[in-house]
Amino acid sequence: MSVETRHRIRGGVGESVTRPDGVPKVCGAFQYLDDLRADGMLWAATRRATVARGRIVALDVGTASAMPGVHDVITFADVPGRPYQGQIVPDQPVLCDGEIRHWGEAIAVVAADDPETARLAAEAITVDVEELEPVVDVERALELGDVFRHFPVRRGDPEARGDVVVEGFYEMGTQDQAPLGTEAGLAVPDGHGGVDLWGPSQWTHVDHEQLVACLGLRPEELRVHISGLGGAFGAREDLTLQTHIALLALRTGRPVKQHYDRADSFAAHVKRHAARMWYRHEADRDGRLVKVEARMILDGGAYQMTSQAVIANAATFAVGPYRCPNTFVDAYVVRTNHPPAGAMRGFGTNQACFAAESQMDRLAAELGIDPLELRLRNALEPGDALATTGQVVTEPLPTSEVIRSVAALPLPDDEPGDDPLRLPGGTGLTTPPDRVVRGVGYAVGIKNLAFSEGFDDYAEARVTLTADGAEVHTAAIEVGQGMVTVLIQIARSALGIENVEVVFDDTSKIGSAGSSSASRQTQMAGGAVLRAAEAARSAALALAGGDDLDDLGVWRDGELVMTLAELAERGPISEWVRFRHPETEEPDENGQGRLHVDFSVAAHRAVVDVDPELGLVRVVQIDIAQDVGRVINPVQLRGQIEGGIAQGMGWAIMEELVFRDDGTVANPTFTDYLLPTILDMPPVEAVLVEQPGTWGPFGAKGMAELPTVSVTPAVVAAIRDATGKALRRVPVRPEDIVFGDG
Amino acid sequence: MEYVRPKALGEALDALAAFDDPTPLAGGTDLMVEVNLNHRRPDVVVSLRSLDELRRWDDTWIGAGVTFARLEGADDPALAQLARTVGSPQIRAAATLGGNLGTASPAADSLPFLAAADAHVVLKSTAGERRLRWDEFFVGPKQTVRRPDELIVGVELPSRPERQAFAKVGVRQAMVISMVSCCVLRDPSGPTRVALGSVGPTVLRATDAEEVASQAARLTDTDLDEFQRRVSAEVRPITDHRSTAEYRRHAAGVVARRALERCLR
Repeated sequence: MSVETRHRIRGGVGESVTRPDGVPKVCGAFQYLDDLRADGMLWAATRRATVARGRIVALDVGTASAMPGVHDVITFADVPGRPYQGQIVPDQPVLCDGEIRHWGEAIAVVAADDPETARLAAEAITVDVEELEPVVDVERALELGDVFRHFPVRRGDPEARGDVVVEGFYEMGTQDQAPLGTEAGLAVPDGHGGVDLWGPSQWTHVDHEQLVACLGLRPEELRVHISGLGGAFGAREDLTLQTHIALLALRTGRPVKQHYDRADSFAAHVKRHAARMWYRHEADRDGRLVKVEARMILDGGAYQMTSQAVIANAATFAVGPYRCPNTFVDAYVVRTNHPPAGAMRGFGTNQACFAAESQMDRLAAELGIDPLELRLRNALEPGDALATTGQVVTEPLPTSEVIRSVAALPLPDDEPGDDPLRLPGGTGLTTPPDRVVRGVGYAVGIKNLAFSEGFDDYAEARVTLTADGAEVHTAAIEVGQGMVTVLIQIARSALGIENVEVVFDDTSKIGSAGSSSASRQTQMAGGAVLRAAEAARSAALALAGGDDLDDLGVWRDGELVMTLAELAERGPISEWVRFRHPETEEPDENGQGRLHVDFSVAAHRAVVDVDPELGLVRVVQIDIAQDVGRVINPVQLRGQIEGGIAQGMGWAIMEELVFRDDGTVANPTFTDYLLPTILDMPPVEAVLVEQPGTWGPFGAKGMAELPTVSVTPAVVAAIRDATGKALRRVPVRPEDIVFGDG
Repeated sequence: MEYVRPKALGEALDALAAFDDPTPLAGGTDLMVEVNLNHRRPDVVVSLRSLDELRRWDDTWIGAGVTFARLEGADDPALAQLARTVGSPQIRAAATLGGNLGTASPAADSLPFLAAADAHVVLKSTAGERRLRWDEFFVGPKQTVRRPDELIVGVELPSRPERQAFAKVGVRQAMVISMVSCCVLRDPSGPTRVALGSVGPTVLRATDAEEVASQAARLTDTDLDEFQRRVSAEVRPITDHRSTAEYRRHAAGVVARRALERCLR
């Protein structure tokens, strides 16, 4: 980097700076979306479908509309603009268009004086439904040709043969992001036919684009604002309540607020794709991969959402971080009558990783080679071609190093003892220590950073020097991940000024920063902030003829020559940047090309204690070595690692949205959709491998998804190690351990 | 909605008699979930919060208003063990034994202990008192014989052996609805009672298994195998989103045997 500050900045890059929203969040003073209020606001409530598929034969909102305190009721017919939304293909009706396509689909929304009245009115709407046979099986959807996208990979010689072959089917259940903060929003009419909207978003500009189309507004008539989110994990990449409350606000002329309860939240936001996968690995006697074939079907649910991009990830990371000269993949994402699937931490790489890593373990067993040694022999390194797309790795990629680093960490040697909290079954007192078997498993994951497939991926930022510091303006979204701290640290290090504040601009004030997803904001929003800050510093130095800048002002030869206040008066210095990462390409018809801008790798090791007779698992320890480029904030980075591990481990052993045969959801509550608690979360040791990349700020790489990706197969591998069971399905249920095949 | 907060038991019984379909409210940990999920919208709520009479607890009696947080300190080991598995600390601070009985979920954590102990549920109303053995009180999933004008005031506990064990199977280390729960009470000379939850429409006793276990002060591995087999044979589980009938049947035998083994040590 060209940045050079004469003095050492406090709270810059590399320090565990305390996040500005941390204390307010802990003390309850932080304003989350559901804390928003406006004078005279109405409350919205949603009427949802209770079947997975059906035709609405009668929809009567008369009784609801006539109830005292009810101001408006909207249905599909009331949508003034394009009545379909969706960020890639607008195929999701803003409200049910006459055919119910999934359980929980929104049919009508009521605005009333208070939440209870709104809820009662929503219940009072008459919805007569003629039930139709739902499509709940992905193979059936494929037979019907209901495919959102087929991503083929054809690379190398289809006739190539290895000495050893392993083949297997794998299946993964549906995971929910389960963010603690459910969806909430506030829409305030501006009195001139437009509206200001605060909603659950990971990318306000793409929301804006969809919303103006659906609402029939001119772009300047809608401003989408950013406010406090209680987690996202992909669940806020697609619209939920935004269109509804904005429309109600426009129609009633009153501010409209909605706050989903957990059941609404489970119904409304996209899920992680359930998957069914078949794999065939062929290797030579030394364990070098000769050919990998895979057929993957992901359940896209009723509407497209981001499925097209998810399936590209599943296909292109189908082999994992390994070399293989001959690769043939058919990856499909299909339409069913399940709730729509979309983005979730890992974005398609998780499913591929589970199947591919399970295969690598089986291959190792077949060959009699240590599983880690097998991975090292095939490890993808810079200069190698990705097994699927053929893209040559040009950036640092320490695959072997993360594997060796995690393997070098000491194993926990302590026996579980008789403390029930350290035994499978926990407080349930199911398991005496002598019934416990320990297992150890490894898995390695790879993930692309930022957007792929030729997408024009950019982020804007503005850095403005003020009388007493600097402001960073951005529309990049803090979802709880700590981006705000990272942007402050980058700006501090680049400017030399410590007093930096991040201002989250609405869509009318600055251009897009892209989505807070795809592990991209440290590099993308951070990249824009870095360049804007560098430009602001250069401008300040040039204006004052100085050689250094700090919180006092511009210095020359150790003397202050102009204060920040004077600078601000003379300037003002305000530098805007639109930052783009190196270009990518769309795949050719064989899935080949430079689809991804960059990669990161991580290796996990899981240690579990299993009660094989009851099929209960306690995770003892999870360790990780991760390729992070350069650490911007060590504490936050470790926080992302621990949170990601909890999420990926949850999918391995307990988290599943269970569908009944009729396509409805059996467990849309936290009573039965089980998330790991603190008692389920093991200690985590993390090795941060720093090999600076070339385009991220200070060499940083995005890192927030990978901790979730390879932990799932690592935990399952550890359970297999303990039990000898094949365990082809995630989450692993007690009955799978007890009755499953060896 | 009408809300009544009687100051004494008599007032509470009057209130229950005065309204059509009154809903008693103690800790609210079941009721409020139902309300929040929109499954229930009570017209009249009778709060039991001020009724000290319901909080009495000694060796032979547990008042309906005793919270699970208090029961964690019980002298009966199985009672303390089960109390520890109920929800989270916040739930246990509010939830009461009476609520567990009133809701009568097949998965209710206290019921295996009460069934194994042959507890009697005591109901009061302005019309008088009814004393029902546990198996007369529970008639189906979330179904009891309590009339709307009756209040569960507590349970009578007959004398029971000190050797006790409770176990509950769930996929989380804590704060989980049971897939199977089990309580074993054993007299050192042999007599044994075993009750299981989440494996039938109501809590149930595995009487055939009890017979095997009760026959001797010392049990052989063959006896234990037979005990386990009979428990698995006697339970009546279903398959739902929490587990399969096949697993529950298997796990019931395993945990019952292990609970018995704990009593034998």
